[in-house]
Amino acid sequence: MDFVLNDEQAELQSAFRTFCDGRFDIDTIRRLDAEGSSVDPDLWGELAGMGVFGLRVAESEGGVGLSVAEAVLVFEEIGRAIVPGPVLWTHLAAGFVPGAVDGSAVVGGIDLGDCAGGPILLEHPDALDCVLVLDDTGVRLVDGEDLDSAPVAVPLDPLTPIGLVTHLPAGDELGGAEMARRLRREGAAFVAAMQLGIAESATDQAVSYAKEREQFGRPIGSFQAVKHICADMLVRVEVARAAVYAAGVTFDDPTLGNLERAVDAATVCATAAAHANTKANIQVHGGMGYTWEVPAHYYLKRAWVLETTFGTADQAADRVACDVGGDTST
Amino acid sequence: MATLKPYRRQRARGGVPFHEARMDLRYSEADERFRSELRAWLEDAVPRFEDSHDVPSADDLAGRREYDTAWQGTLFEAGFAGIDWPAEYGGRGASPTEQLVFHEEMARVGAPYVGMNFVGLLHAGPTLMSEASTEQKERHLPRILRGEEVWCQGFSEPGAGSDLASLRCAAARDGDEYVVNGSKIWTSYGEVADYGELLVRTDPEAPKHKGISWLILDMRTPGIEIRPLRAIQGSIEFNEVFFDDVRVPVRNRVGAENDGWRIAMVTFSFERGTAFVSEMIAVSRATKELAALARKVTRNSATAWDDVALRREIGRLAAELDALWALVKRNVSEAARSNQPPGLGGSVLKLAFTELNQRLSELTMQVLGRAGIARSDIGGLPLDDLTEKALRSLSLTIAAGTSQIQRNIVAERMLGLPREQRTES
Repeated sequence: MDFVLNDEQAELQSAFRTFCDGRFDIDTIRRLDAEGSSVDPDLWGELAGMGVFGLRVAESEGGVGLSVAEAVLVFEEIGRAIVPGPVLWTHLAAGFVPGAVDGSAVVGGIDLGDCAGGPILLEHPDALDCVLVLDDTGVRLVDGEDLDSAPVAVPLDPLTPIGLVTHLPAGDELGGAEMARRLRREGAAFVAAMQLGIAESATDQAVSYAKEREQFGRPIGSFQAVKHICADMLVRVEVARAAVYAAGVTFDDPTLGNLERAVDAATVCATAAAHANTKANIQVHGGMGYTWEVPAHYYLKRAWVLETTFGTADQAADRVACDVGGDTST
Repeated sequence: MATLKPYRRQRARGGVPFHEARMDLRYSEADERFRSELRAWLEDAVPRFEDSHDVPSADDLAGRREYDTAWQGTLFEAGFAGIDWPAEYGGRGASPTEQLVFHEEMARVGAPYVGMNFVGLLHAGPTLMSEASTEQKERHLPRILRGEEVWCQGFSEPGAGSDLASLRCAAARDGDEYVVNGSKIWTSYGEVADYGELLVRTDPEAPKHKGISWLILDMRTPGIEIRPLRAIQGSIEFNEVFFDDVRVPVRNRVGAENDGWRIAMVTFSFERGTAFVSEMIAVSRATKELAALARKVTRNSATAWDDVALRREIGRLAAELDALWALVKRNVSEAARSNQPPGLGGSVLKLAFTELNQRLSELTMQVLGRAGIARSDIGGLPLDDLTEKALRSLSLTIAAGTSQIQRNIVAERMLGLPREQRTES
């Protein structure tokens, strides 16, 4: 047993963090917001060049050949930097949708399970070459040209533009229920990793603000009322990290046990951490946290978008409960 | 253009194959061999012990001492006593992962808990190993290990809780003896313990951290008066202890005079080790029992289990427990790498686990509904046990450093936030 990142994994993560710090710094995020472009062709090309889309594709097929546990580390950084665009869907598509592995095809997606009964909303509709459609029965691929959607004037997250799907053609069937389950499970694990990254970034922002902002003649971070908020943020991050990394390791080592339970635990803990920490970050920033003058709002909004993606924490919690209670009815 | 691909190739050239170097949650073959050996012994020893020892009632302290020390003696004879103690002091010298296996297996068969041996095995013993003289070690360590010596703790005072260093219990030097006057509180099992770990003020003029010494106190010394305190769940769990000219030989001091604060910090570093593991296993079991209870309890023609909001809350608790179990494995992995007891990671775990434990208890009371106002078993419900746990869980965020003190530790030492201005040195 050695549940600590090894040197190479730590290096991988730090290399990708350096890349994000350089290419997706907060000024870039603000520029993309101002330009209304969530997928910048140059930056998309750089993500492709880093190997983000082909992380888990074999090297012989143009990928990086990493395992889920390592890909989790990369998606944690994507969350931390709130990298915009359909990065996760294109990553999931690499290996079976031509062009995804090198980013030449921009692949979006819809999990109809997330839309049950409500409107079908598609993220980044204008940037997509093709769209993966998941439901309980299988996976389909729809050409971006064939799908009709009406732009939604104001999305919640300024960097996640959305379209209301008005016509969803059948498309080409790529696989059955088993493939849909696998993609949802992987998607949920990487969403949890991004939520972990967001929760960490919110903690870093709150802590550094609490160190520099002075009131009553001293840094606000010296007051227990504020420092305890920050301590709780770190506790949520550490709990979420343990769950998310354990899920990654369980993908790669099926002997460890119940993969669905491990992913659900990651979803529950990482969603809670991102939700509570992005909110706490705004609280620590006070009035400025409520404005667009500081970036805190971007993280909260992205966390809210991700909470609705590949199933909710409520659904995951109910599945865990049924597993604990031996209830097989749901 | 930057790329992650060289990282992969570099590693492929670098010797250790990738799949062997990755994060690993599995127990090693050696761990599993240890598990088999321990399990084989426990499956025979626990039923035999239970056949020959009646479980004493909560208020029967002498009986509890007898029971807990007899189990410790049984562990000793089989070579499983002091699982984390180094072999040179007669312990098992188990690796951190073997300690995890030990707690898992003990919980699996429902073996007796460490009970009154807690302070000796987990506080005083490790502190003596680290700081005491050879004579002190030889005198106490083997007896603690065999279950022949029970220890209690004399650290907190009525006026010194979270601010422990402000303690005032005074030890004045008189020749070869210290004369101790003052009082201590929260002293569990004080009336049946043989020895106490006692923090006293030996220099009232020095700054508060610099005038404290760590003494071994023989609990049979004249001048000690013990006043039992009834805890929230009703039983006597701890005491207030008064000292009236209690004479302690200077040779019973551990470490240098006025170096006691540093030694107390050594004691606390052990307190936050793998101490929670057996409780976490118990809470995991309690979560399963709560699910079973919720499926049984009927209200308005539906079971509590049919309430999806309640079910989700059970699911959240179970998911967080899974995460905390993974966090324990990370802390253990770090301890194994650094050969140090878990440090600040212990504060994170304590904060998360103790609050989770309380949420579980509150949820259990919610499921019990009106039946929960009875503390005696009725209607086939284990109310005695469940209400006891619910009340007892309130101590967890107070004992061994309140959650507020833990948050200060996390914020100041892990996040680097500035200390609050305090009025004294």
